[in-house]
Amino acid sequence: MAGLACDEGIEKMSRRSRHVRSKVMLGLTYAAAAMATLPLLFILVHLLREGAQYIRPGFFTQMPKPIGEPGGGMANAIVGTLMLISIASLIGLPVGIGAGLYLAERRGAPLATAVRFLSDVLNGLPSIVMGIFAWEFLVKPVGHFSALAGGIALGAMMIPLVTRTTEEMITLVPVSLHEAALALGYSRWRTSLTIVLRTALPGIVTGALVAIARIAGETAPLLFTALGNQFWSTSLREPVAALPLQIFTYAITPYDTAHGQAWAGALVLIVVVLTISMLARFATRSRFRAGTD
Amino acid sequence: MTASAQLSRVRNTTHATPSPAVEAKKFSFWYGQKQALHEIDLAVPDKAITALIGPSGCGKSTFLRSINRMNEMIPDVRHSGDMLIHGDDIYDGSTDVVELRTRVGMVFQRSNPFPKSIYDNVAYGPRINSNPPRRELDKTVEESLRSAALWDEVKDRLHSSALGLSGGQQQRLCIARALANEPKVLLLDEPASALDPAATQRIEELLFELKSRLSIIIVTHNLQQAGRSSDYTAFFYLGRLVEHGTTDIMFTSPREERTEAYITGRFG
Repeated sequence: MAGLACDEGIEKMSRRSRHVRSKVMLGLTYAAAAMATLPLLFILVHLLREGAQYIRPGFFTQMPKPIGEPGGGMANAIVGTLMLISIASLIGLPVGIGAGLYLAERRGAPLATAVRFLSDVLNGLPSIVMGIFAWEFLVKPVGHFSALAGGIALGAMMIPLVTRTTEEMITLVPVSLHEAALALGYSRWRTSLTIVLRTALPGIVTGALVAIARIAGETAPLLFTALGNQFWSTSLREPVAALPLQIFTYAITPYDTAHGQAWAGALVLIVVVLTISMLARFATRSRFRAGTD
Repeated sequence: MTASAQLSRVRNTTHATPSPAVEAKKFSFWYGQKQALHEIDLAVPDKAITALIGPSGCGKSTFLRSINRMNEMIPDVRHSGDMLIHGDDIYDGSTDVVELRTRVGMVFQRSNPFPKSIYDNVAYGPRINSNPPRRELDKTVEESLRSAALWDEVKDRLHSSALGLSGGQQQRLCIARALANEPKVLLLDEPASALDPAATQRIEELLFELKSRLSIIIVTHNLQQAGRSSDYTAFFYLGRLVEHGTTDIMFTSPREERTEAYITGRFG
């Protein structure tokens, strides 16, 4: 009887210790989750404190003042960034989504394995290297910097990002949906386009936005390609201003007013990126959510 | 007599029917090195329900999926022998697999409606295959849903999501979707295995209604279901067709010992 009571005691204690351990682990994951969002919150708060005061209507409509002079805006850089993003998306999205579809549909093929590996390598390529290559092939031969060269460099950076997220999202589409379409007499490509891509669309759009957000803030590839421009330009063949370049230009000056403009530019950049993400998430919220099956 | 000798002595007790809907002639199938079907000879009568039974891994699903060539999706598969549907060899080079699948509908184990509206799910096949005018399409959708005994339950919400239906309703929607193509043969791969008894009964009643129009082949693990709802039963074991005949005979006086053992629940 004594032994039994002892066993019970041990059991009770181990149960309590397991309970405590569970609590501790849970607490650690909460802490990790908080840590994951902390940098963004910190950056946002800091940007708001430093940059918000410089954001006036003029910031969006006026051209930059000469360095050292207070006031002025970043109209040309905002338009330039939108231009660069558009060019990059025109290249990066179709190629990336197409490649992702290919990788998902031909999972085991040797070519797919090679493409997947190379795409991962490209993804890890330092952006400055991408900039140098774009300069070598797109700037040097024509003899001048251009928006087009910058857009293409950013587009090339987008391709592997979009490829891999597209592949992952398509792999999540249940095989049963695929089979259902085939069994109804749909050809393979039609099944891929109408069922597989459509079902994976919200995920692909999110992936595309993450890619856009990534390249919107890229500075290094633009240093040798789009160069930056203190004047108004919407020509593809001219150097063009971009928010990250403008922030960089202002931030390395010794003037407080210029620093203020840089903070404001950073705030605009981050707000633009956040807004695009949220708008698109809202827009792609499907009426017919795919089930968990 | 050894088990393998017994197995190879395939008995075919089918009544002579003028023209079988589906006919396998020495049909074998391999996944890579593994042979999944061994020279199956089976004639499936038209306008009747044929149940394929047997323990897991016996090849009944492989056989079913060979009838609309769904197995081709898997890499490194091959077959030998012939598979005829109403006399046409479907593995003949001239057969268009896309066209074949409009003639041979399929319903899967787990209901798999598209994340679209009920209407769009049913209209999915006709839209691509014949693309009829709207009015005709409406009619096809209604008829298919009526045939699948689902119309009364969904007629007021045709344009809401198919994913809002219950499991049994979703499976009937999948049947309606297959019927919209007006197939000659309907293949069902354990269509009721994830459903409760009431929903199962509805599906069985539905199949009974449908058999006057087409040939139905159903894979099932549920022997009672096979006994209740089918006209013919084929027993597969280890990739071979052990016995095939009318369900009455198969369930009361099978010729093969192994069939009897399986049906009475002594193995499998």
